Amino acid sequence: MPTDTSPGLVIEIAGVTKTFAGVRALHDVDFTLKRGEIHALVGENGAGKSTLIKVLTGIHSPDGGRVTRNGRISTIYQEVNLVPLMSVAANLFLGREPRNRLGLIDRARRDTEAKELLQSYGITADVRSPLGTLAVGEQQMVALARAVEADADVVIMDEPTSSLEPREVETLLEVVRRLHESGIAIIYVSHRLDELYRICDTVTVLRDGVSVHSGPLAELPRIELISLMLGRSVNEIQKHGTTAFGEGHHADTRPVLEALDLTSKPRINNIDVSIRPGEVVGLAGLLGSGRTETAKAIIGALPLDRGTVLVAGKPVPRNVKAATRAGISMLAEDRKTEGIIPNLSVRENIVLAALPRLSRFGVISRARQDRIVDAFVKRLRIKVSSPEQKVAELSGGNQQKVLLARWLCTEPKILLLDEPTRGIDVGAKAEVQALIDELAKEGLAVLLISSELDELLDGADRLIVLRDGEVAGELEGAQLTREHVLTAIAAEVMDDADSHQNSH
Amino acid sequence: MTLTATRTATRTRWLQDNGVYVAVVALLLFNALFTANFLTAGNFRTQLVQAAPVLIVALGMALVIGTEGVDLSVGAVMALAAAIIPLYLGAGPLTAILMALTIGLAAGAFNGFLVAKVGIQPIVATLALLVGGRGLALVIADGQLVQLHDPAFLALGTDDLLGIPISVLIAGVLALTVAAVTNRTTFGRQLVAVGGNRKAATLAGLPVDRVLIGVYTICGVLAAVSGVLATSRLAASDPADMGLLMELSAITAVVVGGTPLTGGKVRVLGTVMGVVLMQLVRATLIKHNLPDSLAQMIQAAIIVAAVYVARERR
Amino acid sequence: MTTLTKATRTKVLQRQGAAVALIVMVAVSWLVFPRFGSLDNLRDLALQGSFLAVIALGMTFVIITGGIDLSVGSLYALGGVLAAWGSQYGFLAALTLPLLVCGAIGLINGLLIARTNMAPFIVTLASLLFARGLLLAITDEGATTYQIPPDSAFVELGRGTVFGFGYPIFIAAALAVVGGLVLNRTTFGQNVFATGGAEQSAVLLGVPVARTKILVYTTSGTLAGLAGALTAAYLQSGVTVIGVGTELDAIAVVVIGGTLLTGGMGTVLGTVIGVGLIKVIQNVINQIGTLDSNYQSVVSGVFLLIVVVLQRVLRR
Repeated sequence: MPTDTSPGLVIEIAGVTKTFAGVRALHDVDFTLKRGEIHALVGENGAGKSTLIKVLTGIHSPDGGRVTRNGRISTIYQEVNLVPLMSVAANLFLGREPRNRLGLIDRARRDTEAKELLQSYGITADVRSPLGTLAVGEQQMVALARAVEADADVVIMDEPTSSLEPREVETLLEVVRRLHESGIAIIYVSHRLDELYRICDTVTVLRDGVSVHSGPLAELPRIELISLMLGRSVNEIQKHGTTAFGEGHHADTRPVLEALDLTSKPRINNIDVSIRPGEVVGLAGLLGSGRTETAKAIIGALPLDRGTVLVAGKPVPRNVKAATRAGISMLAEDRKTEGIIPNLSVRENIVLAALPRLSRFGVISRARQDRIVDAFVKRLRIKVSSPEQKVAELSGGNQQKVLLARWLCTEPKILLLDEPTRGIDVGAKAEVQALIDELAKEGLAVLLISSELDELLDGADRLIVLRDGEVAGELEGAQLTREHVLTAIAAEVMDDADSHQNSH
Repeated sequence: MTLTATRTATRTRWLQDNGVYVAVVALLLFNALFTANFLTAGNFRTQLVQAAPVLIVALGMALVIGTEGVDLSVGAVMALAAAIIPLYLGAGPLTAILMALTIGLAAGAFNGFLVAKVGIQPIVATLALLVGGRGLALVIADGQLVQLHDPAFLALGTDDLLGIPISVLIAGVLALTVAAVTNRTTFGRQLVAVGGNRKAATLAGLPVDRVLIGVYTICGVLAAVSGVLATSRLAASDPADMGLLMELSAITAVVVGGTPLTGGKVRVLGTVMGVVLMQLVRATLIKHNLPDSLAQMIQAAIIVAAVYVARERR
Repeated sequence: MTTLTKATRTKVLQRQGAAVALIVMVAVSWLVFPRFGSLDNLRDLALQGSFLAVIALGMTFVIITGGIDLSVGSLYALGGVLAAWGSQYGFLAALTLPLLVCGAIGLINGLLIARTNMAPFIVTLASLLFARGLLLAITDEGATTYQIPPDSAFVELGRGTVFGFGYPIFIAAALAVVGGLVLNRTTFGQNVFATGGAEQSAVLLGVPVARTKILVYTTSGTLAGLAGALTAAYLQSGVTVIGVGTELDAIAVVVIGGTLLTGGMGTVLGTVIGVGLIKVIQNVINQIGTLDSNYQSVVSGVFLLIVVVLQRVLRR
């Protein structure tokens, strides 16, 4: 039962805590939303943004704390949640269609009303055509129109611009401003700092499920905001001093991997990456800057507009099988959907990619398999009751090691690691970091993607900084400092900040 | 999760994994006690001979279901195999059998192509052959039931080898082979990986398309083998009735045997026991003089109950 | 002149492909077979098509929700037997008994599918078996064929004519019009599209997905029962052996009519055209005389395949 909030507040939550299967998603979070306010909610992946939104909208009930709402909430999601095969007008009015005297849907009126309504959102497409034929930006706008027309007092927008073209972003921001003027409160989730500084009044920064900052946005310098988002996880600072990475590696000779002009619009544009044997190259940047896409482009899992990948000077055909054969391996970011095969045992998960080499005439040699699995379980210190244990039963850290072992037994030359330490406990994290170090020392070329700046600074010999799908800078040696990276990420943003402040 | 909920989940899972064995033992015990002439060699022989064609189809179906697919066309493929036999029997039984198996191979490869390369959902892809396949078989056979007289071919359905009916022997050997393929070969492991997590399998560089085409081809060939054996036992080619509702029997046996419809797991022994269980159910109902009508309704209820128990928890 | 975009090309093919094929088939048949165009033949064709059309109407709704109903062939046969048996108690019994029983089985299908997340094909395959069993149970294992008294008003439902066109044709046409209105002009119809088009989104959009599924399977069962009743009235008896494979014919005509087998898109008019196409082909095969009548299901299968592959390829 929602109780009344303090005057002027549409949402007020205090001390909210939420835990999923032992993992803390939100811890003692306070959050208030004033009437007519545009409130930015920022944080990296896994910081707790989606959980907070779900608590706000009532999809999740918190384990502890107080939630009070005073008004109707509508949410629009990053993935457009409409029905692509139905017409634009049908989507807009689904569930509240205008009717004629016979009680049937008045299609003419529905289409006219839809057309008029959408015009104010800058959409001129035929409202009778299937929604799926519209550009993603236009679809997003239809979703927004639908959310607003439901007489909402609060509109939550979860990454609304992540797949929009610049022009579409302008239209969307214009609509947001209009909503703001009509007194609707907005929670705006985005990591595009330009947008945030242009339209938001207030900001709340989440990190590891904790609200690390909340206050007026204009008073917070951008470099500070980025620093707040990318900071070291709070609990780790308490337990450990540093990461487990060792000293830098001396990389020698020519690059074993050269990726040139990787372009897949609008996600990445003109990205060059080269790694020498024994070198760890870090990919830095905010969420959505094109880090994962770059790695996927290298291994051939992302269709490209243009670009070449060379291994030891030889071009690699653009598919995963060829890339794997050429010696590239990728540890995917999402262990559950792109990594482990849950029904199979630890042993089977480890040998999966190397099966053809472990079998003769298609029949698997169990002895060779066991030898390899034993060796990797020991070397990577994978904690299992037996190699026959189902991989789904392992902890996140051990699953990650299993996946690492899967790739190591294909004897790769290049290892692409996408957030290898996300969501695993502190001890396992240090072990994985030490392992990466060890592998590089043995001559592997490693591409390391991480949202944690310290992990990148300690672990990488060289950093490529991405911003909005493009390379914003390369840092090496003495330049590998927090300030340099933050400056590179914020560079363009900084110029903007001045003009923004002047305009106020 | 509360303690009771955990306990219920554990119990459900145990039932999913072992329910089929318990049910088979229970039915055997029941029949041993209450059914006259049940514990005789002759009866077991009859039961096994009747179960053999279903088992052979179910083995292929288990592999397909392991890849998170389904093959609705197995009954139609059996009918096609049956229709082919009399056309080539004049050239010798071996030629006739090879031609029938070739049809199964082509049908399976075609299904696999639609699923893997064109990207059509398995149920939709195999539906076309379910709709048209039996009609094609009837066209080939001129809509006629043809009596077969080739003694060598008929021996397949009537004779013994080492005291075991040949069809049962073939089914047994095929079950062992499929078990070995599933557990001991690259192909088998890749198959389960594709069904368990197709995205991960692709990212791991597995030949996903080749595995899918292979699996549907095997399923088609096994359906044809089953069609050949059933035709031989019947001593007639009967495309109108051959393999009618076989897709249901095969899917039921596989699911009852503990292979989930969501893929990622193939239980060959479970499938064998699933076939045995459904055969025992039918035999029990018949031996106790329950009319066919009631038997069908009870089987339908058992199928729904089994699928309900076996469905993956969300 | 503008070039056709991919989307319009898909739309034209889906919407008009079957219609164009039907027109061509009719025109050619008219020219080649003199008997084809005779009023008697056309009346017979329409009557034969009307039974299938009633079943396919329900199937259209089911398939648009992304499901499939394999039990309709058995329910069709069961409906006929129930109607014939009920006719001894009068018109009302003959009509309502098949609707209630087949509707109830459809309801059970819907409940199992919507509430337990079991796959539609396996649930409805099981009820295919169940309905056949039930049919055998009420006909002494298929030995009894119930006759409808010739003077019964119920017979009129199947055999009565207006201008020589049988009542079932008008019933099927009326149901198709109502079905089209329900699908396109009611909230329930919109829910059907949303459920099949994007189930997860539909839930977030507030569509009662489970209720929608239960309703479509109930409708499908009821309509199959009605088709059975009409057939029994026409044949003046409850024939036990009909309906084997009818579910496949129904699926084929729905898909050939442009309804997406994966759900989310489809029209009643398309289904009616699909029925017309299949029945004309069957008629022509019969006219040729020397051709095996089983060619009809081969043609259905081939058409189904072409449509499904085209839908997939054009969508890429």
